[in-house]
Amino acid sequence: MDIREALMTLTNSYGVSGQEYNLHEMIINIFKDYVDSTEIDSLGNIIFFKKGTNDDGFKIMLAAHMDEIGLMVTKIEDNGFLRFAEVGGIDPRTVVGQEVLVHGSKVIPGVIGTKPPHMIEKEEQEKSLKLKDMIIDTGYSRENLIKYVHIGDFISIKRESMLLSNDRMAGKSMDDRVGVAVLYDLVKRLNSIKHYPDVYMVCTVQEEVTMSGARTSAYSINPDIGIAIDVGFGYTPELKKSETLILGKGPGITLGGNIDNTLRKQLIEVAKEYNIPYQHSIEPGPTGTDGSAIQITKEGIPTLVISVPLRYMHTSVELVDLKDIRFTSILLSNFIKNTKKINYSFVEENLCY
Amino acid sequence: MLLEILTQANGVSGNEKEVRDIIFKEVKQYADEIKIDKIGNLIVHKKGIKESKNKVLFAAHMDEVGLIVTDIDELGFVKFTTVGGIDKRVLVSKTVIIGKNKVPGVIGAKPIHLQKNNERDNTIPLENLYIDIGADNKSEAEQLIEIGDYIAFNTKYEEFGDGNIKAKALDDRVGCSILIDLIKDENIEYDFYAVFTVMEEVGLVGAGPAAYSINPDISVILEGTVCYEMPELDSHLVPTKLGHGPVISLVDRHSLYDYELREIAVNTAMKNNIPYQYRKTSSGGNDAGEIQVSRSGSKTLAISLATRYIHSTSSIINKDDYYNTVLLIKHLVPILCEGEKNDRF
Repeated sequence: MDIREALMTLTNSYGVSGQEYNLHEMIINIFKDYVDSTEIDSLGNIIFFKKGTNDDGFKIMLAAHMDEIGLMVTKIEDNGFLRFAEVGGIDPRTVVGQEVLVHGSKVIPGVIGTKPPHMIEKEEQEKSLKLKDMIIDTGYSRENLIKYVHIGDFISIKRESMLLSNDRMAGKSMDDRVGVAVLYDLVKRLNSIKHYPDVYMVCTVQEEVTMSGARTSAYSINPDIGIAIDVGFGYTPELKKSETLILGKGPGITLGGNIDNTLRKQLIEVAKEYNIPYQHSIEPGPTGTDGSAIQITKEGIPTLVISVPLRYMHTSVELVDLKDIRFTSILLSNFIKNTKKINYSFVEENLCY
Repeated sequence: MLLEILTQANGVSGNEKEVRDIIFKEVKQYADEIKIDKIGNLIVHKKGIKESKNKVLFAAHMDEVGLIVTDIDELGFVKFTTVGGIDKRVLVSKTVIIGKNKVPGVIGAKPIHLQKNNERDNTIPLENLYIDIGADNKSEAEQLIEIGDYIAFNTKYEEFGDGNIKAKALDDRVGCSILIDLIKDENIEYDFYAVFTVMEEVGLVGAGPAAYSINPDISVILEGTVCYEMPELDSHLVPTKLGHGPVISLVDRHSLYDYELREIAVNTAMKNNIPYQYRKTSSGGNDAGEIQVSRSGSKTLAISLATRYIHSTSSIINKDDYYNTVLLIKHLVPILCEGEKNDRF
């Protein structure tokens, strides 16, 4: 399976935060031929393990979250329409008119209904809709719907990913299945090289709501180095260049308090050595990625965050460039290959920083 | 269903060829006369074994609401405007298909993380929306699309729920589909005309010239019409209901429908145990507006399917409504063609 096919498969599957169990089988099937062992922990993280050549137990953990933002059923109206709340950061304006899948005891398709423009006053169009004003129409009467759907059922935005010009792809849940795709491409690369560290690749749960998956998996793995692979804001005209990454120009390497500066410099050295394009991503505080959770696990873990540029984050048309996935996994495989136990002197350097 | 093929085809107003070609192929062998007029309407005459006392015309429009490319910027992003009545709020975070080459694209939005506090209270203005086709710059985009290309929503036809259909462009491919059924029906004994019109959504453009050339006595407009059933609405504010049968129009922005024809339709429905409902709003309009005032005028009747989320990317109709509408119209053909007076008159 190439990157394109892998990302297509990953993003055309559904796993809202808390419902990642839907994805376990599919992801394990993609990875299983390339890893030494697979474990699913009690929160539902998938932990893939690949042994390195070391004899000192040196461990790197890579985390990409597999969950996606979505919705949840809060009420079933008398006429069968569903009311709902958000799971994760959803701009209500992006769900108007969307098709959805309601994950009840059966998967039920539906449409987030819209008012006919014939009945809308002109000024009304200028006000954005709130989730509380919206309904999901499943085409079922209440009587038939309650056989399958209950309050608390997860709802995902339905979208089939599309391949666009320039080997770019758009769809839902690119944040952060694109990170899982990086892990997939990386594990294939690790199979053809000798790498020193033991590598734990974790597809984490619940990043979009609590980062719980990264917290607990980092605790049980207790790695020497933690690396979160997530997405970064891709540049589009309405955004500032300084806050964004250019698509197709390589991953963003985050700089800031969440990041171990020595490791970051090492990573950049590797990028330069192998001519891999990269960009800087500045985040003074916690990054809002699994990296924030990993950094403060146990007595603290030196952490890196690498971001794949992505446009229209948290919409159902998140857009990425497949080249950036490749650049990210090439960078990581070269970094992992030669990284050894960290000398304690780095701590001093870090403290001076 | 043929409706699947019809709704998967793209025919934004002014660009109906793809839809017309499908219809032409479907009805050709059943038509006694078939022609495409100078502005793109498809006109069919079906001769019956019985001569009609009234010249009866059935009309459905081929076009759908959509978008059109207005500019391609330096970064390769595609600017557009709407074709027909679209609530711009439904465009955000959708996928579309552009032009003859069917180039896929997406309409994105600013990430929620980078928005200011009150930014979400306002609708994103149309001029701030654009389509991303993945191109890196203007010249790359220009190799795939050009200014003036029509843009259709990218929605799949699917059957779901309690016998419902979800698709784009159900307004008015559903009318086209019923009209095709009517033309294909060998049991209809009477002479009648059918027209598949262009550009209804941008101002009832095609219907006038079509009615002019046919010059009917009675016209029946087949439509997909507004349906909005929010639980908090009082029943008198609910224009139509899904699954409650064919919708008979009373009045809209363009037409007052003929009282006698309306009564005939209702009586025919009742006599044959076909459910029916009135269209309880005066908003909107359809080809009747132009047809009834063409030449010296013709009496009009509009029979529609309740269509939820009309003019959005995904609209919904009910299959029973479809079959009941076909049934009602087939019962109406002899009555309208014979010119029988309704008992009440």
